[in-house]
Amino acid sequence: MGRRRPQTTRPARNRNQDAAARDGGHGADARRVGGSSSSVVIGERASARTRMTGTAGGTPLVRIRGLRFARGDRVIFDGVDMEIPRGQITAIMGPSGTGKTTLLKLISGQLRPDAGTVEVDGQDVHRLSHGDLYRMRTRMGMLFQSGALLTDLSVFENVAYPLREHTRLSESMVRKLVLMKLEAVGLRGARDLMPSELSGGMARRVALARAVALDPMMIMYDEPFTGQDPISMGVLVTLIRQLNDASRLTSIVVSHDVGETASIADRIYLIADGKVMAQGTAQEIDACGSDWVQQFMRGEPDGPVHFHYPAPELERDFLG
Amino acid sequence: MLELLRQLGRSGLQSLANLGRGHILLAAILLGLPSLVARPQLLLAQIFNVGVLSVLIIAVSGLFVGMVLGLQGYYVLSQFGAAQSLGVMVAASLVRELGPVVTALLVAGRAGSALTAEVGLMKATEQLSGLEMMAVDPVKRILTPRFFGGLVSMPLLAAMFSAVGVLGGWFVGVGLLGVDEGAYWGQLQAKIDFEEDVVNGVIKSVVFGFVVAWIALFQGYEATPTSDGVSRATTRTVVHSALAVLGLDFVLTALMFGD
Repeated sequence: MGRRRPQTTRPARNRNQDAAARDGGHGADARRVGGSSSSVVIGERASARTRMTGTAGGTPLVRIRGLRFARGDRVIFDGVDMEIPRGQITAIMGPSGTGKTTLLKLISGQLRPDAGTVEVDGQDVHRLSHGDLYRMRTRMGMLFQSGALLTDLSVFENVAYPLREHTRLSESMVRKLVLMKLEAVGLRGARDLMPSELSGGMARRVALARAVALDPMMIMYDEPFTGQDPISMGVLVTLIRQLNDASRLTSIVVSHDVGETASIADRIYLIADGKVMAQGTAQEIDACGSDWVQQFMRGEPDGPVHFHYPAPELERDFLG
Repeated sequence: MLELLRQLGRSGLQSLANLGRGHILLAAILLGLPSLVARPQLLLAQIFNVGVLSVLIIAVSGLFVGMVLGLQGYYVLSQFGAAQSLGVMVAASLVRELGPVVTALLVAGRAGSALTAEVGLMKATEQLSGLEMMAVDPVKRILTPRFFGGLVSMPLLAAMFSAVGVLGGWFVGVGLLGVDEGAYWGQLQAKIDFEEDVVNGVIKSVVFGFVVAWIALFQGYEATPTSDGVSRATTRTVVHSALAVLGLDFVLTALMFGD
């Protein structure tokens, strides 16, 4: 299984480079500061092309409009608009604590927004009845950061769980399907292990097999690369891309691992301070003139986001 | 002064909100009963976890409590020449009070805390969210079987506690202190009323099972998903359960045995 090389400073996927070349390399020319707030919409022409290809099946799979969500006094999202095209990998990146995981929970209906709408496959998730929401979730998969495997069930039983819950397939069919899904993630031989016997990377691969057990239309990945060794990381990167392409899924990858995520993403949203700071393909984001975007993408310790937490003057603190 | 009032008001409102959330969760748990009937193996697994795994501590505790009752009862009753009534005293104490109450306290400490920790850790490790994302209702799948497992196990464990306790009292009274065996069992049989003593004791233990399981599951489900949060929730389960059991015991005793 080949591994894509992470590009930590100039993240770009071949596909995106090809797209930029076809665009004449001027994708970033259309860069502008968004009319509302500080959102930077870059590569308008290239984005439009990406959207067209991404919405070949019609409307975007996920459409977010005017999303506002707050926890107590802290505003997490304030007027966020997003479109997740069908059949592509869309990355949502941003610093820790900006609400990336919260966004996935809003998309999957686990949280309700204070204002705005989240449509998945044309249906407003938060207007669905309990039954309809659960029916929709059978068409969504989610890979949690921890894997979220049921610790009292074996690997096989974990992957079989959604099949047993939502289908009336015979035991032999369940067995075949589970082994197929495990084979796809390279863990057919680990079927009898318990979750406590798996490494972090293996647990996520099992969780991935479980997430695709019902052949969903989309998968949401919550920080899939966090805490992984380079081999596990490479395996996960390749699996996400292969599963997306082979099963014609739509993937949403939430991460702050810039290099790995940008290497597989067809489209990237950068969020911070409750807003979309920038969006576009990897090289469009890379070529963006925003200092904040550059600091984030290159992992620079100082810039618009200061290294020092606000503090009294140095002299006053040390010299009385 | 104003700050004190503000804090009082805040904690009062918080308690009311918790009570409301607890009742909503209880309603959701009870509404899950039909799905539990369709999967009885889930209930059996929880009766094993809550009930069978608590048998040892219940049996040993029951034995010692019965032995102490036999010893203390003999010394008091023999002063009035009524040592032959030891069996009634031991059995009435156990069946009416100590069986249900001590069993509930032990179950809260052993199984209630385990339920809270289990559910709290399932929340912390995103297993509950994972179930939701698999379109499986975690309340029906995780909480309802545990609630009814606790509800069914408690009266069975209380009955076991009382039975072993009566044997403990017999061992001390008849075996060691020389109380007549016929008098021990005969008076016990004649004076212990099925409805007034046994049924009331069973009702008490069912109520305690209901409350302990509810508190344990609510605390686990509402736990802050961190190690500190789960630890605090586990402590709250034991404290709240103990207070609820002792308070309810007074109320139930007054209702059942008051004239």
